[in-house]
Amino acid sequence: MTEPIDERLRSELQQHGVWVTSMQELYNWGRKNSIWPLQFGLACCAIEMIATAASRYDIARFGGEIFRPSPRQADLMIVAGTVTKKMAPQIVRLYNQMADPKYVIAMGACAISGGPFKQGYNVLKGIDRYIPVDVYIPGCPPRPEALLHAFMELQRKIDSQKLSGADKAEHLKPEQPSEFPVPLFGEHDLESSANPGVFHPPEIERA
Amino acid sequence: MSATVQTLEAIERPPVSMGSRLEGELLEVSMGPQHPSTHGVFRMNVALEGEVVRKLKPVFGYLHRNHEKLGENMSYLGSMPYTDRLDYFCSMTNNWAYALSVEKLAGIKVPERAEYLRVILAELTRLQNHASLLGFLLNDMGAWGTPLMYAFREREKILDLFESLSGSRMMCDYMRFGGCRCDTPPGWMERAKQIVDRFPHFIDDLEQLVVGNEVVIGRTQNVGILSPDLAINAGIAGPMLRASGVNYDIRKVDGYGFYPRFKFRIPLGEHGDTYDRLMMRVLEMRESLSILKQAFEQIQPGPIMNPKVKIRAFRPPVGEAYGRIEGPKGELGFYLISDGGQNPYRYRVRPPSFVNLTVLEDLCLGHTVADVMVILGSVDIVMGEVDR
Repeated sequence: MTEPIDERLRSELQQHGVWVTSMQELYNWGRKNSIWPLQFGLACCAIEMIATAASRYDIARFGGEIFRPSPRQADLMIVAGTVTKKMAPQIVRLYNQMADPKYVIAMGACAISGGPFKQGYNVLKGIDRYIPVDVYIPGCPPRPEALLHAFMELQRKIDSQKLSGADKAEHLKPEQPSEFPVPLFGEHDLESSANPGVFHPPEIERA
Repeated sequence: MSATVQTLEAIERPPVSMGSRLEGELLEVSMGPQHPSTHGVFRMNVALEGEVVRKLKPVFGYLHRNHEKLGENMSYLGSMPYTDRLDYFCSMTNNWAYALSVEKLAGIKVPERAEYLRVILAELTRLQNHASLLGFLLNDMGAWGTPLMYAFREREKILDLFESLSGSRMMCDYMRFGGCRCDTPPGWMERAKQIVDRFPHFIDDLEQLVVGNEVVIGRTQNVGILSPDLAINAGIAGPMLRASGVNYDIRKVDGYGFYPRFKFRIPLGEHGDTYDRLMMRVLEMRESLSILKQAFEQIQPGPIMNPKVKIRAFRPPVGEAYGRIEGPKGELGFYLISDGGQNPYRYRVRPPSFVNLTVLEDLCLGHTVADVMVILGSVDIVMGEVDR
């Protein structure tokens, strides 16, 4: 992990049947090709998520077919659908129960920002107010190909994560929280609607 | 050494009902909202005695998206895409029910070709809804994966048709007041005919897998019996009502659209148990195929939109209307009150899933907790419609 090997030397060695790799590459290669998503659907997008797992789009080609119903066994949470204020605390709880390293895909307009239901009184304006999101996919609902694209983006992200050094992955830094506060039902709205650890509300510039 | 033959002595088995063993001790279990078989974010608080359900309280509202309130603050046309997201399996029938109630409110006529197209799309929707329902139901029963893959394979073919027609796989937003948005692309009808011709293979396969299967019969027959009296009193509609033996189909009763022009039968159940509800879907798919074949023969080229309807700034006269159709899940109705403005004064959805879910406790009492998932699967709910 100290000195990166020369790429040409490595490919030449590969032709002779010798594979040279670093611990970090091997580790990330294993992680990115067996992502276990949490089997967890919220609304319309969940049906497209099932279609992605079904035979035609077949997320198994990317090593993500093992949908686990228990958050303890899952690496990836696909927030597929509208998050309501009643559901948001459960989602944060599920996220907190997942073991590190964990990743989140916000699937669809509703999970990103509230989508078409944003004006409603009961819909959360984006799940990234409560938990950190790695990949956003727009669409209402996104096509299965879009979900596969998000999955590949996540694989790229996992592949580029470093195991040591100053710029190592977030989940390896001890000061980085692994759990986030579960929002409570306040008098008018969910409390901690702006979670300073994750979400910074945009500052509006007024002339 | 002489061999001795040991005979097993009769073991005292616990009584089947389990009631005598755990007298008075109830265990309360919260199933959901995150549960692999609750079809979305549905939660049930179940009180168990051993493994037998003694009480069941459904908890709704995890997907309440203010559908009705948004509809009242939006133009009539603006609500059309939102109806897609009610029951996200059947956007076409949702569109139709909403278009029908607005057409009733404003007294709009629909051209002939559009009516035929609506029937074709509604029956295709019914096919894919029932196919995926059976996949999910068998999934809940423990046939993990395989039936669902078969069902989604068929569903994808129909979704391709929807996509080439409307531009979207699931959220079609296809119907308009006084017709449909656009005509079929070239070759669409032929592709639809091909898919309809090949669909019976899937139903045959599924029937072979399901009808005589010992596990399916053991898990579903005499489980979750819904009596006809209770079904009528609770306002159940759709395949669930007919599985209890009540002959009531809005396609026949109201004769909306062009349904009186087609010959089709209404399958009826005898026992009202989960098996009947399951078979009802299989039989209904066969009837849908016969309607589709007749519609393909009868449909003629022509206009698909009533030219007199003003799409922009649409203002229906003061009044109220209730339009309903036989959706794949049951009676889907929209109740609209107009005060003459651009927005409806009141916009109310009568969702079939929600009303059908009201009898869940009656169906589940006395059965084991494993049966609850099977019964819930046979009720066929979609949370987008239940919570709205």
